[in-house]
Amino acid sequence: MSKDKLVLVGNGMAGVRTLEELLKLAPDKYDITVFGDEPYGNYNRILLSPVLSGEKTIDQIMLNDLEWYEQNGITLHRGKKVVRIDRTRRCVIAEDGTTAEYDRLLLATGSSPFIIPVPGHHMEGVLGFRDIGDVDSMLAISKQYRRAAVIGGGLLGLEAANGLLQQGMDVTVVHLLDTLMERQLDKTAASMLQRTLEERGLKFKMEAETEAILGEQRVEGLRFKDGSQLEADLVVMAVGIRPNIELAREAGLHCERGIVVNDTLQTFDPRIYAVGECVQHRGVTYGLVAPLFEQARVCANHLAEYGIGHYEGSVTSTKLKVTGIDLFSAGDFTGGEDTEAIVMHDASAGIYKKIVLKDNRVEGAVLYGDTVDGAWYFQLLRDGTDISEIRDQLLFGQAHLGDSGHGGENAAASLPDDAEVCGCNGVTKGDIVKAIVEKGLFTLDEVRAHTKASASCGSCTGLVEQILADTVGGDYSAAPQTQPMCGCTDYSHDDVRNTIRQDHLTTIRAVMKTLDWRTPDGCSSCRPALNYYLLAAWPEEAQDDPQSRFINERAHANIQKDGTYSVVPRMWGGVTSPAELRAIADIAEQFEVPLLKVTGGQRIDMFGIKKEDLPAVWSELNKAGMVSGHAYGKSLRTVKTCVGSEWCRFGTQDSTGLGIKIEKMTWGSWTPHKFKIAVSGCPRNCAEATIKDLGVVCVDSGYELHIGGNGGVKVRAADPLCKVATEEEALEYCGAFLQLYREEARYLERTAPWLERVGLAWIKENLVEDEARRKALYQRFLQAQKIAQKDPWAQIAGDRQESGRFAPIKIVTDA
Amino acid sequence: MSEWVEVGSLEQIPRLGSRIVQTGKGDIALFRTSRDEIFAVRDACPHKQGPLSQGIVHGNVVTCPLHSWEIDLSSGEALPPDEGCTNTFATRVEKGVVLINLASL
Ligand code: SRM
Ligand SMILES: Cc1cc2nc3c(=O)[nH]c(=O)nc-3n(C[C@H](O)[C@H](O)[C@H](O)COP(=O)(O)OP(=O)(O)OC[C@H]3O[C@@H](n4cnc5c(N)ncnc54)[C@H](O)[C@@H]3O)c2cc1C
Ligand code: SF4
Ligand code: FES
Repeated sequence: MSKDKLVLVGNGMAGVRTLEELLKLAPDKYDITVFGDEPYGNYNRILLSPVLSGEKTIDQIMLNDLEWYEQNGITLHRGKKVVRIDRTRRCVIAEDGTTAEYDRLLLATGSSPFIIPVPGHHMEGVLGFRDIGDVDSMLAISKQYRRAAVIGGGLLGLEAANGLLQQGMDVTVVHLLDTLMERQLDKTAASMLQRTLEERGLKFKMEAETEAILGEQRVEGLRFKDGSQLEADLVVMAVGIRPNIELAREAGLHCERGIVVNDTLQTFDPRIYAVGECVQHRGVTYGLVAPLFEQARVCANHLAEYGIGHYEGSVTSTKLKVTGIDLFSAGDFTGGEDTEAIVMHDASAGIYKKIVLKDNRVEGAVLYGDTVDGAWYFQLLRDGTDISEIRDQLLFGQAHLGDSGHGGENAAASLPDDAEVCGCNGVTKGDIVKAIVEKGLFTLDEVRAHTKASASCGSCTGLVEQILADTVGGDYSAAPQTQPMCGCTDYSHDDVRNTIRQDHLTTIRAVMKTLDWRTPDGCSSCRPALNYYLLAAWPEEAQDDPQSRFINERAHANIQKDGTYSVVPRMWGGVTSPAELRAIADIAEQFEVPLLKVTGGQRIDMFGIKKEDLPAVWSELNKAGMVSGHAYGKSLRTVKTCVGSEWCRFGTQDSTGLGIKIEKMTWGSWTPHKFKIAVSGCPRNCAEATIKDLGVVCVDSGYELHIGGNGGVKVRAADPLCKVATEEEALEYCGAFLQLYREEARYLERTAPWLERVGLAWIKENLVEDEARRKALYQRFLQAQKIAQKDPWAQIAGDRQESGRFAPIKIVTDA
Repeated sequence: MSEWVEVGSLEQIPRLGSRIVQTGKGDIALFRTSRDEIFAVRDACPHKQGPLSQGIVHGNVVTCPLHSWEIDLSSGEALPPDEGCTNTFATRVEKGVVLINLASL
């Protein structure tokens, strides 16, 4: 059976998204041919702004590379512009004569920047801001010239101006009106925005109408209607876009401002569909991706001949993608006679919020400085929710509703499941949570891959991360008392741990038997937890069970995505020596280690080591005096130090020496989650001690101790615990704190969430106020260390049977 | 050609653990359950080719070490909601010696 032929004209965001949706529904229905007049695969146009500002590279914004077209059997004609559609012969013809026949044609030609036809507009150095070519030209010019003028103070103009500023140019934004982004912002928000941008070094010329572009061959400046002039070596026009409709118009398709389409995205000729910025639907044209992606979904459905789904138009919201500036706007925010506005303005904090209401429903919103609740307001707006009940709290945001809030800290937790998080791709919180839970996602990239959330403009990244932290973290930590440990039991972490202590249970089997485990061997979440609780409760009696440890702890190395491992030897306090470095270099050469990298924890990581080589690598490292760095363990990781008083002109104490003493005391200890320590030599805190599980900041009169910091998924500054006068006391507190954490925190609960659960006051009671308790904890810690502090590398490398298990059991050569 | 190949003794595989059989056509993961059953599957997770041999074994299931998909060792199928399948190989144990059938390799 021969397939129908589908031709797409316009290899941009809307057209290719339609193909993606189509391939999901009916992968084999069409022979697909694509024409695109740009010489690339499909890229994320939105992210040209960060490319211009240097925050991203072109490679990072590619959506579908050439391989994707190949894999899906799509013929791509790159760099070929279609100049004619022959509707009688049903084919399209490109500039160079390439012809393709179609049964269905999809037009997605996008739009072009509007270039004001003032004298001089053809001159060299006058550009639009639309494609990779424009960005390349701007980057090249920014290296050679200094002064830039951007005409247009809208979204695109400001992103262009910010980018050029980041490239070191002297940039003036020229705007016709007296407020920036007048289509999205009210006056107050616009003037706050302008002030912030001015502080960053942008210049503005407001209420200025360009009359001519000056220069001979290349641009030299602008002249305005009032006679004033501005020198410029580069002029970027960002005053609006015009849908690309010539092709369609010449083919006799009905066009007004855009190519006119119906609710199934068909043009006047039912064989011809159109999506994207080039279309006009119910009188409206769009310039943001969210509505275009909605169109793509509906269009694909009809191309697949499923025939369900109608496109009924979209409400849009905007965010400005200038790093460090939070701005959100949606709907109608100007307000009319029958509307009322509620406003909050905290000028010193740089926060402004305005919600426009009509008949107790949200009509529009403008947020500046704090945009966390943007998604929520947008949701209320689109749903037409009656807000009379929550009117008083509306401005404070969703976290303040009911008792679910965490003081505004976590907006993600209180979002309803159907709230849209990623506006670009129409992904709701429910979609994200479902993907995280069902697919076991852990990273932002994985969530992006599975849901497309935050994969387009990236401005919802923060919210997606919060949802991730919330969903994954909910499993790991802060589990409510009543939550069972996992599907194998109804008992909670705390129940299990108490039983282990009270009944003096010392093996995993005994725990499972006593507590009637439902599964014979437990699962991959309860077994590691049980193993930990047993070791923590009975360090001298319980036997470690390697098969109940995650592979990293079993192999004493970190597994990589290709199945190889990374090896990190300990480098006490971050201090090394020529001999150690030489040994690492020699070993890296001997085992052909593909990557040596300095870690964020002040030591060296050797990546790409084959499992069977691990014991040999370890034994070589051992020979040079190095031991395992436990970079893989729920255990002490690193003790980061700064140089301190031995060298630094500001150092107050020997922070390096103390760090090494602490590391020598604490290495090898198993903890509920990883544990990081740092020691800084003075309050300048170069070792970043206040985002560590335990941080020591040296001062003239002694040592300040800080606990519960975290620099990971959710950054948390440590809380000050107390100040001590001597190194001995610092060591004692350190050991006692580790022991308290080890005995009390739940498995996979880091010190930060644990501290928040039990409270700083409770920890102080145990460690600071109760000296006897502290000393007892410290003793128990030292006692447990006698057993735990053995280098696992030396143990395994020295044990024939153990190290033999790292190699294949058999090599079959003739198969 | 005889497809049954001896690979080693049962004792060489830790209980609830695994070992690898290397072949010219990729690795095979050999698992031993708590009831001493032996399973052999291709050492590549249907998700992103993670080495299943390095996962945690429970019941007749292994949890992939990379992103925690759960794979049924007897069928090679991923447990719902994940979807996908890895090849399985027949095994038998004779007098403490493990044999594996490589016919489908
Ligand atoms: C190697 C290293 C990155 C680097 O190249 O510098 C690294 C690599 C990994 N980190 Fe990290 N982290 C490294 C420093 C950090 C730091 C910085 C630090 O320690 O000062 C942080 C933030 C500080 C913190 O933990 O508070 C950090 C926060 C994380 C997190 C988030 C933890 C959290 O509580 O939010 C994870 C995920 C987790 O543990 O669940 C993680 C997990 C990982 C894992 C283990 C991911 C995994 O499961 O495979 C990576 C292992 C790679 C490998 O094979 O070695 N890594 N990671 C750093 C090793 C330091 C070392 O010498 O041991
Ligand atoms: C710098 C910048 C920042 C942006 N930021 C955002 C943002 O933050 N949020 C947001 O929602 N939107 C943003 N947008 C808008 C968004 O990128 C567009 O709405 C979207 O790309 C439009 O998709 P499209 O497929 O309709 O057009 P395009 O992506 O422009 O694709 C059309 C393609 O068709 C090609 N083409 C045209 N005519 C022909 C022909 N005759 N033959 C062959 N090929 C042809 C063009 O070369 C182009 O590659 C931004 C745009 C820019 C330029
Ligand atoms: S923390 Fe203090 S002692 Fe350490 S390097 Fe910085 S300034 Fe020097
Ligand atoms: S590779 Fe196995 S779960 Fe991803």
